[in-house]
Amino acid sequence: MPRPFHLEGAGQRALTPSESVRRGSGRELEMLESLLALGGLVLLRDSVEWEGRSLLKALIKKSAVCGEQVHILGCEVSEEEFREGFDSSINSRLVYHDLFRDPLNWSKTAEALPGGPLGALRAMCRRTNPGPVTIALDSLSWLLLHLPCTTLCQTLHALSHQDSRPGDSSPVEQVHVLGLLHEELHGPGPVGALSSLAQTEVTLSGTMGQASAHILYRRPQQRPTHQTQWFSILPDFSLDLQGGPRLESQPLPDPHTPPVDPTTHLTFNLHLSKKEKEAKDSLTLPFQFSSEKQQALLCPGPGQATSHIFYEPDAYDDLDQEDPDDDLDV
Amino acid sequence: MFPELNNLLNTTPDRAEQGKLTLLCDAKTDGSFLVHHFLSFYLKANCKVCFVAFIQSFSHYNIVAQKLGVSLTTARERGQLVFLEGLKSSVDVFFRAQEEPHPLQFLREANAENLQPLYEFVREALKPVDNGEAAWRCPVLLVDDLSVLLSLGVGAVAVLDFIHYCRATVCCELKGNIVALVHDSGDAEDEENDILLNGLSHQSHLILRAEGLATGFCRDVHGQLRILWRRPSQLTAQRDRSLTYQYKIQDKSVSFFAKGMSPAVL
Repeated sequence: MPRPFHLEGAGQRALTPSESVRRGSGRELEMLESLLALGGLVLLRDSVEWEGRSLLKALIKKSAVCGEQVHILGCEVSEEEFREGFDSSINSRLVYHDLFRDPLNWSKTAEALPGGPLGALRAMCRRTNPGPVTIALDSLSWLLLHLPCTTLCQTLHALSHQDSRPGDSSPVEQVHVLGLLHEELHGPGPVGALSSLAQTEVTLSGTMGQASAHILYRRPQQRPTHQTQWFSILPDFSLDLQGGPRLESQPLPDPHTPPVDPTTHLTFNLHLSKKEKEAKDSLTLPFQFSSEKQQALLCPGPGQATSHIFYEPDAYDDLDQEDPDDDLDV
Repeated sequence: MFPELNNLLNTTPDRAEQGKLTLLCDAKTDGSFLVHHFLSFYLKANCKVCFVAFIQSFSHYNIVAQKLGVSLTTARERGQLVFLEGLKSSVDVFFRAQEEPHPLQFLREANAENLQPLYEFVREALKPVDNGEAAWRCPVLLVDDLSVLLSLGVGAVAVLDFIHYCRATVCCELKGNIVALVHDSGDAEDEENDILLNGLSHQSHLILRAEGLATGFCRDVHGQLRILWRRPSQLTAQRDRSLTYQYKIQDKSVSFFAKGMSPAVL
């Protein structure tokens, strides 16, 4: 890890990358700002139970309020429904590219966007006016069902890495691409491919009516960092951060009752005294092979060289001295 | 129409919402009672209904609807009901000239690319009639059911596109409603059906899920109904609500009760 260099007299020192990460998570960064801070692709993964479109609209509102132009490729909801809830100042900054009404050109009129879904997506790569821009894809799932995964990934990569025109001296403008992905619709392959393209990944879930976002930040040349944030979205698409799910319905264990010991009040003794414990520990098990046992087997003790059998025949015993196996011809 | 289900959904034929997609799904049980409910509900609400029925014949639906107080024959004659009887018209596909488009054209093609002819049929059936009178309240599309289209060789994405276009036309343009039934294959791993079910769940405003009891068949409780409201109006910003009830289907009605509160066990 490179050592921080000191600026004499400045009273400060430059932060190393890892220190700035730690410092950043210590600060009360607003969740939307932190999601948009890295640039590139922000992947919102939602499910049927925990929908992500409201978070997408909250991010769009944040970008619009910061003065960015927002282009939305709308495939799943109508323009009217999407613009619902935004006030007029924000709506004036939103450009809605309508892939909802006639995405596959069934009406055979000129109203459909040229080139179909892929053409519309590629058209967003070629923007002409400078300035920071946010592109929202609602949704990536719809595009993934209608386009090959490789084409979509290549186009997304081109979209999020738009450089300024060559020869231009202005610095690279940051492009934010917000993509909404419905996790259950796709297998692990396409989801993994899109996940690897993303700089920031938000997985929505929740419990007991409270939504949570598990955020993964992939800062360049650093280890990915995780953060879990409980939140709710207000009607005007601003974010309300919560501490956690309300625990009213969970019965809490009473801290004053001590745990009950089941071995008390028994009619038999389950405990061992110290002497009994020692005797137990020093006992060798009958079938355990130790060196003493080995000696005892190999060198029989005195008086045991031969073994004797003492037999007292009964009155009616028939003692036949012949060997019953004599007639076997073996 | 089952009055108890109306109470649970907090709706009546007079106050029916518009522009909504309702998804009916069933797992390990038969959810067709929900289809009969919505058919009679919207006919009583004076809506123009286009019923795409692949599963049963017209007379079957008519008999059940009569128990619920609606006559499908009368509705069809009045022009309130447009009924596409899949079982009968699927045979027609093979006996007419190939140039004429038929809503079930996909049965005839080797690779059914899309369901555009079916969409055109629905759009034609529900488009407002320009004779000056506002006869019906709002158009409604009812499909029973979508899973059978997968069995007939149509891809899940094609079915999703069909519902997408229907939503754009019926829900957004004509401010009508769509109700569709999809079966949940459950343990049987049917990827196409799962894509269809999940894809539609994301687009729905209301999901009614009829499930068989986990412990098996019971005479007094036929199953469990889970109701999930999604995409609430932004003005209220209410968190998605979910309710669960158990039900018993009787001859002319369905009774609903809270879990464990069946009259048979109380």
